[in-house]
Amino acid sequence: MSIKRTYTEINSKIKSGQAVVVTAEELIGMVKDKGIAATAEQVDVVTTGTFGPMCSSGAFINLGHSKPRMKIQKAWLNKVPAYGGIAAADVFLGATELPEDDPLNNSYPGEFRYGGGHVIEDMVAGKTIKYKAVAYGTDCYPLKEIETEITLQEINEAILMNPRNAYQNYNCAVNLSDRTVYTYMGMLKPGLGNAHYSTAGQLSPLLKDPDFRTIGIGTRIFLGGGIGYVIWNGTQHFPEHITDKDGKYLGSAGGTLSVLGDLKQMSPKWLKGSSFLGYGASLTVGIGIPIPVLDEDILRFAAASDEELYAPVVDYGDAYPNRKPGNLGYVSYAELKSGKISLNGKEIPTASMSSYKKAREIASILKGWILKGDFLLSQPAQLLPNTTSGIVGKALK
Amino acid sequence: MSPPKIVLRFTASISDKPIIYHLVKDYDLVVNIVKANINPHKEGMLILELSGEKYQEGLEYLRSQGVTVQPLTQEIVRNEDRCSSCGACTAICPSGALYIERPGMEVKFDSDKCVVCQLCLKICPLRAMEVRF
Repeated sequence: MSIKRTYTEINSKIKSGQAVVVTAEELIGMVKDKGIAATAEQVDVVTTGTFGPMCSSGAFINLGHSKPRMKIQKAWLNKVPAYGGIAAADVFLGATELPEDDPLNNSYPGEFRYGGGHVIEDMVAGKTIKYKAVAYGTDCYPLKEIETEITLQEINEAILMNPRNAYQNYNCAVNLSDRTVYTYMGMLKPGLGNAHYSTAGQLSPLLKDPDFRTIGIGTRIFLGGGIGYVIWNGTQHFPEHITDKDGKYLGSAGGTLSVLGDLKQMSPKWLKGSSFLGYGASLTVGIGIPIPVLDEDILRFAAASDEELYAPVVDYGDAYPNRKPGNLGYVSYAELKSGKISLNGKEIPTASMSSYKKAREIASILKGWILKGDFLLSQPAQLLPNTTSGIVGKALK
Repeated sequence: MSPPKIVLRFTASISDKPIIYHLVKDYDLVVNIVKANINPHKEGMLILELSGEKYQEGLEYLRSQGVTVQPLTQEIVRNEDRCSSCGACTAICPSGALYIERPGMEVKFDSDKCVVCQLCLKICPLRAMEVRF
């Protein structure tokens, strides 16, 4: 490998305004023009982005102490329950939580108009939130009931803490059955009526550093419009290399992130409550990760294009819900983004559940932050586990 | 096929009168209220599906009471601020009114092609599609 860079060198260039920063999309064109070696010599940082529903998200909120003090046992924010089983004035609000009077799927398919993710969006938008809590009362925390209003700025802290975000790769969902199914991948028509995919492909953060050579604990990121950090691998982080039936390498999959940031710095533009017909409520999250070009190999992976990145096609009519192994083959992100794929001799319209347009915007914003000298790259304390870790998923018996 | 929708507009002076009751009782009409609204000035708006043999007589009764009656010109509109251009609606839209413009991967809405099936209203995860009456 010809070039080697360190975080110190790159950050020094960022501070002095000398760093060369490109988005992952821009990088693809550069490598085509000049090749990997010349591009690696020139580019210091590659930025990535993704904006999609990330169900495993939520916020730790410190409401401050009431007078008399209260040990919150159960709490509701805009009628959405928040978990009070931590310390006295802290609660955790999950993105997929629903009001107790939500009709769910009793009128199938349920609309799930409002949930925890929508509360988070409303908080970040500066809206007044109705807050109610109950407690069992103790000598030092005697108050048993409270009902009031809060805004994000008035409370002490709100920390966005998402245990599983930014899936490295994800299924392309189809439906082989003869009835419509409503899923977290949207509405899937019967008999292969449509195909929905989720990942941002050539802009997807974890597909651009697929073996986690730069992403790890402490990596500084764009999160929800503000600055955040990778704090651990996400739950269900099962890194693997995917291969087709002939053993050809098709890329990586299975990685996830656990991320955290200050909700007060974030924006409702990048944190949107979402509703999935027949499935539930969620939070659509914007994440962007910078990849330092420490060597040529890192740049080679960061330059992978949609034509080189693949997603497995999975049946959500039967195989997925019943945890049956296997898939229906692989399609490239270039095919998916074209608007149609061929499967079982049939041409199927495709659509994305994440926004490529917004992913591009995030990568550009992050590029701008770095170019301005405002955003320094942080060297991870420990890299995320990759395929050599041997981590595999365990099933609940 | 549901009956054609009509929009009724009430002035403040009649919005508290039992007009719908008379449509049912006196003209034997089947009434399905699609939407109802009274604004701060006490003026009312109703969107109904109305059917029955005395349909025309019912409409004449409404007009005689001072109610304005017109057919519904319904349309779907897109809240561009809310839309993130994911594309979840595009493979569902039966007429191709909602589609992805490439290479920008932006969702576009051609309202001329829209058949107002309203599927997109609930399919959109960010609820960016709205129906305007």
